Formats: sequence, C-alpha cells, structure tokens
Amino acid sequence: MSFVNLTDICVSYDGKTNVLDQLNIAMEKGELVSLLGPSGCGKTTTLRVIAGLIDTVGGKLMVDGRDMTKIPVHKRNFGMVFQSYALFPHLTVFENVAFGLKLRKLDKSTIEARIKEVLEITDLTPYGNRYPKQLSGGQRQRVALSRALVIQPKLLLLDEPLSNLDAKLRVNMRTEIKSIQKKLGITTVFVTHDQEECFSISDKVAVMNGGEIEQYDTPENIYNRPRTEFVARFIGFENFIPLTKTSDNHYLAENGNAFQVVKQGDEEGTLATIRPSDIKITPTNGESRNNEIQGQVLVRTFLGNSYQYDVETSLGKMVATGPCDKVHQSGEKVTLYLPEQKIVLV
Amino acid sequence: MRKNIGLTIISGLVFAFLFIPLLIIVITSFGEGSTITFPISGFTLKWYQNVFQSETFTASFKVSFQISMIATVLALLVGIPAAYALSRHSVRGKKLIKGFFLSPTVVPGIVVGYSLFQFLVISLRIPVFQGLLFGHFLISLPYAIRVIGSSLEQFDFSVEEVAWTLGCSKIKAFFKIVLPNITSGIFASFMLAFINSFNNIPVSMFLSGPGVRTLPTAILNYMEYYYDPTVSAVSVLLMIGTIVLMLLIEKTIGLSSVSK
Repeated sequence: MSFVNLTDICVSYDGKTNVLDQLNIAMEKGELVSLLGPSGCGKTTTLRVIAGLIDTVGGKLMVDGRDMTKIPVHKRNFGMVFQSYALFPHLTVFENVAFGLKLRKLDKSTIEARIKEVLEITDLTPYGNRYPKQLSGGQRQRVALSRALVIQPKLLLLDEPLSNLDAKLRVNMRTEIKSIQKKLGITTVFVTHDQEECFSISDKVAVMNGGEIEQYDTPENIYNRPRTEFVARFIGFENFIPLTKTSDNHYLAENGNAFQVVKQGDEEGTLATIRPSDIKITPTNGESRNNEIQGQVLVRTFLGNSYQYDVETSLGKMVATGPCDKVHQSGEKVTLYLPEQKIVLV
Repeated sequence: MRKNIGLTIISGLVFAFLFIPLLIIVITSFGEGSTITFPISGFTLKWYQNVFQSETFTASFKVSFQISMIATVLALLVGIPAAYALSRHSVRGKKLIKGFFLSPTVVPGIVVGYSLFQFLVISLRIPVFQGLLFGHFLISLPYAIRVIGSSLEQFDFSVEEVAWTLGCSKIKAFFKIVLPNITSGIFASFMLAFINSFNNIPVSMFLSGPGVRTLPTAILNYMEYYYDPTVSAVSVLLMIGTIVLMLLIEKTIGLSSVSK
C-alpha cells in the first residue's frame, strides 16, 4: 500500500457524465507528483478531490493507511496553495500564516516559534506585518506556501501555483518549492499545464486527458517514451507515421519505406513517432535506405539556436529541425533520417 | 480647453438646478411669515421649535426610525445568507430567485403598497406596526441582496476554501473570512436600504394606521392642512441628518467604497 492511494475515483457534476472516470493513482511518501494536462483534463478536479473540496460519486481515497473519502475538508490536514494564492486580504502576513495554527489551539509561544521557522524557510521574515496587497507576486506566493506548510500537513497540494508569476520568477520559485519540499520530505501533488515546469520539479508525472490518466511515470520516461499518441503529442512529438509490422523490430510504412525500431519494452503499438529535433535532415542522396524518407522543404522557420523545416514527403508533412550552420532552402530536396533508437511506437 | 469650459458651465448649471431648490427650502425655513414664501421677511427659529414640539413629527420620526432600523437589520439578516447562497451555490432556478428578490424594486411602489395592504391589513389583519415593519422589510431586502451579492461576486472564493483546508469549519470560515471582507458591502446596503425605507411613501401610506405613521406620510399629511415653514424645517433637519450620516461613512470607510 502506498502513502496516497486514489482508487477508482469518479466525479460527476451533473450525475450523467463523469468528469473523472475510475481514476487510480498511487504516491509514495515524500514524492512530488505532478498532474499534467491541457485545461479541462480533470487535473484540478483530481486535486480538489484529494483536498476534499469536491465530493466523489465513487471510489476511495486512502492517505497513510486511513480512508479519507468521507472526511470533511477541514479535518483532513492537507495544505493547499491556490493559483490565485487566496491570501486573507484583511490579515497581515503573520496573521495569514498563524490562521491554521490558531485553529489548532496551540499555545502562543509554539505558534510564534513555528511561524518564525516557516517564514525563515520561505525568506519572508521582514514582511510579517505587511498586508497581502503590499506584497509582490512572488512574495504572495511564498506567503501562501508558508501558510500551507506551517500546519505540518500530511499532504501539500499545489494548484498551478506558478502560473501567475513572470517567466524568470517562475523558474526561481519552482527550484525553491522543490528544495523546500525535499527538505521537509512532504508528499506533494502539483497541478500544472506547463510541461517544462512539470518535468523539472517532479518525481513522477501523471499525464491526464479527458478525466483519465494516460500515463503515470517518471519525467524521463514520459519525455523519452510516451505510451500513447496523446502523451506524445502533448510533450512535443510532432511526426506520426502509421506502420505495419513485418517482423520483430521491422516495420513497413504505407509507401513501402522500411523502418527499423529499437524497442525499450514490449510496445505493441504500430504508430511511429519522433521529435523534430531527433530527425537528421541532409541534402538528398537519391536512394532511400531503411529509416529514410525523401522530401522537399516547404517552409523554413528560424528558431534561434536552430531552423525548423516543414518537409513534404510521400508519408505526409514532416517537421524536422536542423543546425544553423547547414541551411536548407525552401524547395530544396532533402533526405530525412529517423534514427532507430529515437523512434517511439505508441 | 474650450471644451472643458463648456463642460464646466453645463455641470455648473446642472448642479445649480439640483441645489437651488434645496437652498430655497433652507432659507424658507427661517422665514417669519406663516406660509412658505420666498424671499423671506424676517428671521426666526420658531419653526424648528415647532417641529420638536409637534407631537405628529416627533412621534412619526420615532416610528420611522424604529421601522427603518429594524426592517433594515432584518433584511440584512435574511439578505446576507441569501446573497451568499445565490453567489456561492449553483441553485436551481437561480435567475428566477434573483428576479423574485428584486421584484419590489421593479414593481411600482404604489402596487407593492396596495398589494401589501390587501394581504396584510385586509386578509391577515396584522397589527399596524408589524404590518409596516413587514412592508419595509420587503422593500429593503432587494437592496441587501443586490449590494451584498455584488460585493460577494468580487470576493475570491478560493480564499474561503483555503480557510477550510487550514482546518476551519464552513460556518467559522464564513464569519472569520467571508464577513470581514464584505463589510463595506454590508455597510453600503445598510445605508441604501435604511435611507430608502426611511423615505418610502407608497408602502407606508397604505400600511399606516391610527396613531402609527412614518415621518414622510406625516409630513405629507401635515402639508394638506397647513402650508407653513414647519415642513421646510423638517426637511432641513432631514438633510442635516443625511449629511452627518454621509460624513460618518466618509470618515469610517470612505464614500467610494460604498458606491462601488
């Protein structure tokens, strides 16, 4: 039994269609798990189910060996950080952080000591007497985090906590969140739609689509080895080629091109996919060997550190990137080589 | 610049149009003549004295104040939870309910007054004071729900949810987190409802009875028999009362937060 277990969780707002359908996730103690997906995929709903803000119509939530499904939100002791930070506008930073502790009927010196400690961790010590509207976005974010951490929650739930910050601060904050999370060893669920943010911070990622989990794995495996077409598309695979299997590791495309694939496991799929950056683009060599496609450059786009080429081939439009020192003109005939280790079958 | 001068003149004229009649009333209240005349001849304070000595005005002021105060407080007690429920939960037929609560502001006052008269006085035979109170409660309720509802709409409900996650029960969170953040809305709706109720004539007229009448109906009644500057004096006192009230709001929470 894992530390957190969601078993067959179902959520429905209208009683007819399920927003979450038989959702299962298991999290180990101290892990940071991300829920990643496009808007409307059910990731925030899942987080709110864990928090107790949404009632389920079926399924079970176990945390630390205890059934939490029917426990009301205020008795769960999970810290939550909202996208809007949701600071209490009429209370100072100190009072915001103290709010949860005062409800726990702790004595004054314990409260003060714990607040002092958490404000030190989040670097907010000089701002205790300020009101939320006197703080910058990053500071508000840290107040929200402090307020959730100070109650020493069993779980930390973060709902897109970085999406309201500017790009540079976002990168700083996510490193900070990660280091605080590791330091305190607190099991954390992190909701985001930003894959870079998600990969950089998580121990495990659940990619969600339409109320279901498409793939639940380490960031490395999700990035390199997507298991479904949806996951592949979501994390930047842009080329898809339907294949038919001829023998182990050998496949044939619709136009007769032969492809060789190095499998990582027991992939059964026959849709080959590859990232634009993994395709090698060269001037045409006339003949097609295995894993090669002939084509003609349609559009060239400058990306800064590379060029992106939209290439018309007999297998449809392919997208490849190439280095800046070897430029292909639009209209030029090229050969695309798809390295066998880089092809993923979904 | 020329445009600005034009605008200044127009707004000056509008202001004068609104303000001069009030000024004239103030002046006439000091006139010595026994009818309201302008310009006045002589200066006296006897009409003010008359107001305070007149049983009609002091008694009706008391009634008005009591009715408006109690009705407004009741309207708030009902209106705050109602506005909260309407903005927080997706209630079935929300639009219909909202429309119903606002109907007394849409339906002409005379119709509201007449139907309340039919219902409360004729059918139910409710005592006059209670009837008046109920009528005023009814016309105050829309203000409470409307104004508090709009300040709840601006309130981020995740602030309330975060209080729950920190261990606060829903009822406690409502008092500790939601209420402190809508105080200006509550204050504003109190003022609006109170002033509206205090000035109301159509409902009061129908529901007044022997010995129990509100100040506006008393003034109206008085004017039918006597046309002396006592009425001007009452008006001036009411104006002063309103100004003091407004100054109080300005000092405590600022007028801008009320009109928001």
